[in-house]
Amino acid sequence: MSPLLYLAQRGTAAILAVTVAVHLGTILYAVRGGLTAGEILGRTHGNLAFLAFYAVFVLAAAIHAPIGLRSILREWTGWRGRSLDLSMIAFSALLAGLGLRAALAVYWA
Amino acid sequence: MRASTTPPMRAGLIRASLRRPGFAAALIHRLSGLALALFLPMHFIALGTALQGADRLESFLGLTQNGFVRTAEWGLVCALAVHMALGLRVLAIEWLRYRERTALVVSGCLATAFAVGLLFLLSGA
Repeated sequence: MSPLLYLAQRGTAAILAVTVAVHLGTILYAVRGGLTAGEILGRTHGNLAFLAFYAVFVLAAAIHAPIGLRSILREWTGWRGRSLDLSMIAFSALLAGLGLRAALAVYWA
Repeated sequence: MRASTTPPMRAGLIRASLRRPGFAAALIHRLSGLALALFLPMHFIALGTALQGADRLESFLGLTQNGFVRTAEWGLVCALAVHMALGLRVLAIEWLRYRERTALVVSGCLATAFAVGLLFLLSGA
């Protein structure tokens, strides 16, 4: 792994350590007595702090996950080179796009 | 001068390393990461249904009310917790040079993840 990818992977890991802990706490709180769309949107609709938090979460995950997946694919399947790098960039863009869309969806809904 | 090992010795070293708690930790960290990477796009698509209104999101949530999906949700919560805990272990090793009591630390990470999973079940999921 190149130094840049290493720094990106570990830097986003530090961010995700905080955001995942908060997200797990939110899940445990939110599922009490069942999960409904009304409850979810009641917490998220128009909540700018929520939107900012999940935007950071999504972007960190969109950087972190493809770098980790790239390492696993290189070691376990032998897939290497430009095609792998481009696939991981596409996966990163997919995660960032879908994730930000989801955060905006529950913010606007 | 580079240290070299004969093939039988090398095979023995590999076999021995497979039994170490650090190997189990790395394997679980990777498998949980793979599960999360596969799940994330679906999770985002599900939440994105809110763009079509709360009713659409509610009807999607209704589809998840079965034993298989709930078991998968529990597994993913455990996977998220164990990936985070084992990731913190990696950061501690690399940034703080903490390499003590590997078996105890790895066991603690797994116990933390299952405790989170248990709390998820007890919360009424």
